[in-house]
Amino acid sequence: MTSTLRVNGVDLVAEASGALIWPEAATIVVADLHLEKGSAMARRGTLLPPYDSRATLDRLEDAIARTRARRVICLGDSFHDGDAPERLDAVEVARLVRLTRLVEWIWIIGNHDARPGGRTRDTARQAVPRAWGGRAEAVVTFGALTFRHEADRQAGPGEVSGHFHPKAAIATRARRITGRCFATDGRRLILPAFGAYAGGLDVLDPAISDLFERGFHAYLIGRATVRAFPSARLSPVW
Amino acid sequence: MTADLADGMAVQRGLPAPFAGWFAQRGWAPHRHQIEMVEAAHAGQSALLIAPTGGGKTLAGFLPSLIQLWEGAPSGLHTLYISPLKALAVDIHRNLEAPIAEMGLPIRAETRTGDTPHAKRQRQRARPPHILLTTPESLALLISYSDAPDLFKSLSCVVIDELHALAGTKRGELLALGLARIASLAPNCRRVALSATVARPDALRAWLSKTGRDNPDAVRQIVGREGARARVSILDSRERLPWSGHMAVHALAEVYREICRHGTTIVFVNTRAQAEIVFHNLWRLNEQNLAIGLHHGSLAVEQRRKIEAAMAAGRLRAVVATSSLDLGIDWAAVDLVVQIGAPKGASRLIQRIGRANHRIDEPSQALLVPANRFEVLECRAALDAVRQNTLDGDPPRPGGLDVLAQHVMGTACAGPFDADALYREVVTAAPYADLERKDFDDVVEFVATGGYALGAYERWRRLSRDENGRYKVAAPHFVRRYRMNIGTIVEAVTLKVKLMRGPILGEIEEYFVQGLVPGDTFIFAGELLSYQGLRETMVEVTRAKGETEPKVPAYEGGRLPLTTHLAERVRALLADQRQWGGLPLPVERWLRLQEHFSVLPPERGLLIETFPRGNKEFLVAYCFEGRNAHQTLGMLLTRRMERAGLRPLGFVATDYVIAIWSLRPVRDFDDLFDQDMLGDDLEAWMAESSLLKRTFRNVAVIAGLIERRHPGEEKTGRQMTFNSDLIYDVLRKHDANHILLRATRADAASDLVDLRRLSGMLARIKGWIRHQRLDRISPLAIPILLEIGRESVAGSAIDDLIEEAAEELMAEATGSPSAPELPL
Repeated sequence: MTSTLRVNGVDLVAEASGALIWPEAATIVVADLHLEKGSAMARRGTLLPPYDSRATLDRLEDAIARTRARRVICLGDSFHDGDAPERLDAVEVARLVRLTRLVEWIWIIGNHDARPGGRTRDTARQAVPRAWGGRAEAVVTFGALTFRHEADRQAGPGEVSGHFHPKAAIATRARRITGRCFATDGRRLILPAFGAYAGGLDVLDPAISDLFERGFHAYLIGRATVRAFPSARLSPVW
Repeated sequence: MTADLADGMAVQRGLPAPFAGWFAQRGWAPHRHQIEMVEAAHAGQSALLIAPTGGGKTLAGFLPSLIQLWEGAPSGLHTLYISPLKALAVDIHRNLEAPIAEMGLPIRAETRTGDTPHAKRQRQRARPPHILLTTPESLALLISYSDAPDLFKSLSCVVIDELHALAGTKRGELLALGLARIASLAPNCRRVALSATVARPDALRAWLSKTGRDNPDAVRQIVGREGARARVSILDSRERLPWSGHMAVHALAEVYREICRHGTTIVFVNTRAQAEIVFHNLWRLNEQNLAIGLHHGSLAVEQRRKIEAAMAAGRLRAVVATSSLDLGIDWAAVDLVVQIGAPKGASRLIQRIGRANHRIDEPSQALLVPANRFEVLECRAALDAVRQNTLDGDPPRPGGLDVLAQHVMGTACAGPFDADALYREVVTAAPYADLERKDFDDVVEFVATGGYALGAYERWRRLSRDENGRYKVAAPHFVRRYRMNIGTIVEAVTLKVKLMRGPILGEIEEYFVQGLVPGDTFIFAGELLSYQGLRETMVEVTRAKGETEPKVPAYEGGRLPLTTHLAERVRALLADQRQWGGLPLPVERWLRLQEHFSVLPPERGLLIETFPRGNKEFLVAYCFEGRNAHQTLGMLLTRRMERAGLRPLGFVATDYVIAIWSLRPVRDFDDLFDQDMLGDDLEAWMAESSLLKRTFRNVAVIAGLIERRHPGEEKTGRQMTFNSDLIYDVLRKHDANHILLRATRADAASDLVDLRRLSGMLARIKGWIRHQRLDRISPLAIPILLEIGRESVAGSAIDDLIEEAAEELMAEATGSPSAPELPL
């Protein structure tokens, strides 16, 4: 189940999977995969199930197949930490390489990040081994849309980004419902995290909501649906 | 001289002089069961003492130890006393100090709980007292220290108080494992348990035995003298008896008059919401300004302690209480116990009645106050059960694998262990007596590496093997972490309630707050409060003014389902008209009307009524299997009706009845209630259910997969819920047979879903369904239809339905699939 939205005049589709589809450009956009978050936790003693990368790639593969996308844009924080690519299971690596060969693949990296293959402390999240394919960009523009990791206050209309892992809650008569969400005011769009273990930040937090001067809509992801709510109707997440 | 006293004088000769003298000085004669406990100790036997409250039960538990210590025992820890409640341990300690001081015994007794200061705890390990009074959690912690063998090697006796309240729970399972450990460290240590009267003493004997199996030679069962029979009656209210509801507000004026007539009264209720309402209304009626208090598990600890102290000092005339007062501390003189609402179980009622009057020779007085017509039937059935002294008893369930995982880690924290030896030890704990070696090995592997089919975590193992193949903790921080997360009590997510510019009043469940908007009023801690908003994780409130209609806390907590035993009695009562004479007139008339307009539910089969009402088709099934089982049944039936194209619209379940409404009528009832619904439908439903996610969260915390809190960082329950849901989804998809999912399913099946009851019912009614087609609602169906719409925030099993409804609301709220684009 999906919901349509328009950013800077471009028609887009928000999927319950957390992916953004741009049908006209046969493009699929995902943010914050955080691959190997499970093993990062395991290293610190919390032995979470080691299937998060597999689960995330399953959903991504499924979304690509379903939408017949010819281009994939990953909006940064694709790996949970600098060592994550080394920890990724060989089977998953092979799958990733197959995907990057199948379609045009863009790894967006942040302003502060190392270029692919490079390693610097705490900025190496986006460092993807060159052999895995795809091309790395800090910012990329297609038509009326510009893609970057973290929203830039000065950016003009049509900016699509990730980074914040937005979540939203609504109060219904019966109970409060909380979930990941897309957030947009028609000028800019922020995507939810796509990674299986990625947590979230309340979309009403000033870090996100201040980016939208005149209010916004949150496209809340339910169990199998995506529904839009004006920001004024949202409740705090806790 | 009464026969009993003469009996006492005779047995008194079995006591050493200072003890016989002490009894005589107080004008007491030892009870026969107290002497029998001493004899069991002489014979080196373990002992299970089953006695009603008030017969000197605690003293009976300690007497053999006091005598042995007086005779001169080697230094070191001699007796370990374990209580389910911290407060009880403290109270028992106080009571124990009296004989020790009065006889001048050279015995040091101390308590050790989570509240004990660090320095004192350190000293207790270095220089242990003779008698240590503690809780199951503190014991688990003691066992995890490397000096545990030194501490426990001198142990001669373990006394477990209120065993009936621990056996069959996860806390009891952890304790049973801890005792198995102690049996290895101190092979000659005896076990003594004190219990209220139970339906299945064999299960408790097995629990207490060192083999995990019932063996009357190893565990001597001692039965205390029966106290005087309780005088129990059902309130014959002059007021109109309500059709539905659980608050019994109609009868509170009469309850108040009873409070006025008696010295001290405990008013027991079943839920915290009831406690608040009853307390609030009693104070409205309180013309004489009697001291009436409130006690339930959500109140701030200080407030509870204040009430307990006032009660102990005899400063209260009445206290309104939930099960938070079911156990424990001896109130000197309670003259009357009032049970508001149906008691739900015979054993529970007997336990509660026992709270009145701890003097064994005087009969306890109790008054049952049914809140609606069905509850009259249930109270009647419970009263008969008390008179005939029949009790509820379900067979014990096997111990949880999550608890075992915690114990395995705790064992490793104390020092390296050999897997074969630990397995042999674990199966001597009754809950694990039938544990398969494969399950044990899976648990050990889970503790060591997470136990995932994808063996990815070899290099971050928690347990490694030493040169002898024994398991040991891989790094010291795992030990710290274990100790921070000990125990099996995982609290529901709660939020603190704070008066603005005032104190914290207590905690309420998150989901209740979710239904509030600022300005809403609710009753909490006995006050009418107005919700102002959330500040971080604090619920901010002000005192509400005026007579607004409160939104009452609808806690899930304390909602026990009707026991099987009582359900059988209610069915039998309905089916046997000769028994109706004792019922209040309106209830008898109600049943006669039912007989006239429809039929009565049969004792063995299942009565189903169907009738049209307001363009909908109603189906009412009189199952009497308790709310939990009915909610699961409702989910499964509506799912099946959906598939059959009957367009079910909703259902509502009580302890007695389930009602479903749909657009089209059901035709084939045998098919609808076929046992095969417990197959695929159940699997499919369970898999999606948020119920299982919550169960998984508890299992994951107990097993040590996720933490309650980090050193130095308090994790809120909220974050834990979120994370565990993500983990659950991933694990279910990629490792469906993982040990924690197995543990989750086992828990859900026994604790929450009441599947056993459901499958028992489906088997029982097969071929015995009696369908009664009516052209309108029947008298017996009126209460359940009144429940519709009342249960706005209901129990766990139906929140899937709520979720679906909420998703529809989401669509409704937006009107169109997409929001309009904002002007650029």
